[in-house]
Amino acid sequence: MSSLEASLSMLKNGNILVYIGKGVLFTLIISVVAVLCSILIGSVLALVRNYCTKGILPRIIHTLAVIYIEVFRNTPLLLWIFICLVFCPCPAFLSRKMFGLTSVETKLLFKAAVALILFTSSVIAEIVRGGLNGIAKGQFEAAHAQGFNIVQTFVYIILPQAYRSILPTLLSQVTSTIKDSSYLANVAVIELMARVKQILSSASQYNGTGNINVSDVFVLFGFAAVIYFAINYTLSCVVRGMQKRRNRQSGLMKAA
Amino acid sequence: MSGIFSMRAWEKVWLYRGTFLLGLWNTAQTAVLAILLALALGIIFGLLATSGKKPLQTVSRIYVEVIQNTPILLQTCFLYYALAFSGHSIGIITTGILALGIYTGAYMAEVVRAGIEAIPKGQFEAAQSQGFTYLEKMYYIILPQSVKIILPPMVNQVVNLIKNTSCLYIIGGADLISLTYSFVTGVNTGGAYAPAYLVSGFLFFVICFPLSKIASTWELALKQREQRVEFAQNKTQERR
Repeated sequence: MSSLEASLSMLKNGNILVYIGKGVLFTLIISVVAVLCSILIGSVLALVRNYCTKGILPRIIHTLAVIYIEVFRNTPLLLWIFICLVFCPCPAFLSRKMFGLTSVETKLLFKAAVALILFTSSVIAEIVRGGLNGIAKGQFEAAHAQGFNIVQTFVYIILPQAYRSILPTLLSQVTSTIKDSSYLANVAVIELMARVKQILSSASQYNGTGNINVSDVFVLFGFAAVIYFAINYTLSCVVRGMQKRRNRQSGLMKAA
Repeated sequence: MSGIFSMRAWEKVWLYRGTFLLGLWNTAQTAVLAILLALALGIIFGLLATSGKKPLQTVSRIYVEVIQNTPILLQTCFLYYALAFSGHSIGIITTGILALGIYTGAYMAEVVRAGIEAIPKGQFEAAQSQGFTYLEKMYYIILPQSVKIILPPMVNQVVNLIKNTSCLYIIGGADLISLTYSFVTGVNTGGAYAPAYLVSGFLFFVICFPLSKIASTWELALKQREQRVEFAQNKTQERR
């Protein structure tokens, strides 16, 4: 049992806890930023895919949007991370020390985050499209009758309703993105998954036994799993509560 | 980006086509076996979740929640290192099959559960009153009806599984993405970034796109049929 105690003693080490804590923070920040950017890009893609169908130029844009969505949805995230590492340009002001990362790591973080945003935006585009498809045609006609132009119709009438109906799905996409962000561990030691793996590889220095034991694997990855689980389970409980409330409301509306 | 048009880079990729084929073969092998494992786990835990017995439902719930709320990468690493440091290493591909199978199994279980719960309660009661045993009821009455609800989301999960085979990279993988990466960064083979990524992306796309297309077409057809049925029902009610 002594090796287990040695492994557990790593979690009492303040430096390791701070190190992992920073990883959790990075994971959360990367995921939330990625989802927010993806909602922006995804909405544009969804609108283009759904409504740019008349005329030559709109049709070309429409086709490009369809290709973008289908390509990113049907290829692995890791491929895009690798591609962005080579081909994605990084603005010069980002290639310096920031947030306790070296300049190389900030560059990697930016490039990998771009890949994550590209990938997530294709998924969110399809989610937004689902919301747009659920909006009654009368809404467009009513907006038109009230003298709204196309931009106003979408900004004030259509998108707010669409976002409201897809909010639960978007929140569960945050869960998926938090999980997907662990793919960044393949290229840089920034977020939770990578940091835990890093500690494991040098566990022999910290646990005091001089070598890496199975218990280290269980303790470290178990700890990471508990953190991921806590974040994601809380989110999915929120989503479930939201859906239950909505089902009740729509049930009431049907009954009335 | 200029690499796309460089003849030499393409020649290099062609020369080392064996690497890509090996990667594709490893990915395909991992994916197929993992899909079988995921299907088995999904059906078992989906049935447990709809069995109506509290302890069995709890077991299924715990499996689904724990697996769905932690990243596949973490699970793969956990499995690999736990086995490696206890001296029972089973190889990268086998680890990948197990991890992917268990991970996707949790999603399959949810799909199966939703499919079974969508069947009207009267079907269960009718089967019971006709003296069907549990297995007969499921096999002859319930599952055939829920298959059409289950299949589209299941195909989507298969696509996700195929994309997730790239998680093998972190444990030193042998799958298509890992081999592509070691090809473009290798000492003798390096440099042909654009063609190599294009080829491996294309291979993934060719496999995944038809599958997700089938799934979405299927889903749409199902939804339209439901709407037609609902419409017809409303019509008959109005006539009464």
